[in-house]
Amino acid sequence: MSDQVLEGLQRLAPELAGEGAGIEGLQRLSGGASMETWAFVLVGRDAREELILRRRTAPMAPEEGRSVSLATEAALITAAHEVGAPVAPLVHLARPEDGLGEAHITRRVAGETLGRKIVTDPRFEAVRPRLARQCGEILAQIHAAPPPPGLKTVDALEELGRYEEVYRKSGAERPILELAFQHLKKIAPPPAPPVLLHGDFRNGNLMIDPEQGVAAVLDWELSHIGDPAEDLGWICVNSWRFGRADLPVGGFGRYQDLLDGYAQAGGREIPLSRVLYWQALGSLKWGVMCLMMYASYANGAESSVERPMIGRRVSETEIDLVTLLENGL
Amino acid sequence: MIEHPKAEELVEAVARWIDSVRPQLGPRDAFLARVASNALSVVRRELQQGPAAEAAAVARLSAILGREGTLGDLNADLCARLRAGEMDAATPGLLAALRANITELIAIDQPSYAPEPG
Repeated sequence: MSDQVLEGLQRLAPELAGEGAGIEGLQRLSGGASMETWAFVLVGRDAREELILRRRTAPMAPEEGRSVSLATEAALITAAHEVGAPVAPLVHLARPEDGLGEAHITRRVAGETLGRKIVTDPRFEAVRPRLARQCGEILAQIHAAPPPPGLKTVDALEELGRYEEVYRKSGAERPILELAFQHLKKIAPPPAPPVLLHGDFRNGNLMIDPEQGVAAVLDWELSHIGDPAEDLGWICVNSWRFGRADLPVGGFGRYQDLLDGYAQAGGREIPLSRVLYWQALGSLKWGVMCLMMYASYANGAESSVERPMIGRRVSETEIDLVTLLENGL
Repeated sequence: MIEHPKAEELVEAVARWIDSVRPQLGPRDAFLARVASNALSVVRRELQQGPAAEAAAVARLSAILGREGTLGDLNADLCARLRAGEMDAATPGLLAALRANITELIAIDQPSYAPEPG
């Protein structure tokens, strides 16, 4: 596997950085069941560039979710870049003749992605109060970008329907999740004009620089078209606050800063109640995802101890959902 | 009650051993060892707090539903009534009972979790 990647990149290097260019320091950063991430340095005659390769190692299983292809991901990164949102810019989308499979190469942006560090490490203390506003501004930019072809459009009721079906199939009987499904269906806001969404915009998928703040928005694979409040609500889900429950936006900021940044960068006006609705829907989704990770252990598909333990995180979403319901969601 | 050692003591001993070998492990295994140690902490808390929490949850749900049964029966019955629209967030006492149940469950699952402020 590593040989195939190294060979492919060596062959591609002269095209990217001129004659005689090569690859150094190829290193696998992470690998899920179907996707690999590699870091390497592209060494040209007079420049070195740190790059990231993402490549799919197993065919996409459309029934497993709504992940987009890497070609669509590349188009999303480019679209976001063109409207000025911070991204790790696209360097190359792999073609069949590159021998890398389904893959793309982007620049490597320096910074921190670990949510817990971002909310607690003193290195980020100065930039933390600015992050929520920045997130609002960046979301307004993304939401104004023209969506690349091939993305699905999903509203609140469709999203609830999809997750309710997954929940039903799991066979779990959890009254708080049941109550949340029924309640959120009952009070679903009227659909808003749909926009391009990042789809997984949260602390953990943002590259944070201690001085500049948000240096890049990563992980575009869940991008789709829908209600702008979905992206704003997702970054407020308590499960991504990493212990700083008092700071609703990613564990680093306040709702008003997120909304102000959004409006100031030209975003449509969104009432806080709509953000809270999507935040609750987000907690519910994460609860169902935790149940699914447990299910993947229970049915024998995965054997790691991590999977069943994530199942014990369902209760965190339930306690948050009860609070949101008590607060009169 | 089976003693010498109690189940809690066995769990504690295994957790301590995992923690003692963790520093010698590679990054992936060190991470999984931490998860394993956390899993044993959940088991220990469940052994200690689970029976009382379950009995209390059964009592609360029985009061709301006006019937008796195991926790599984009562949860299933409540889910069915919520789904049918016979009960909802406005049902008197329901949110309070669910809050009490989930508070005791999270004390077992993740006592350090900082919940959404009220």
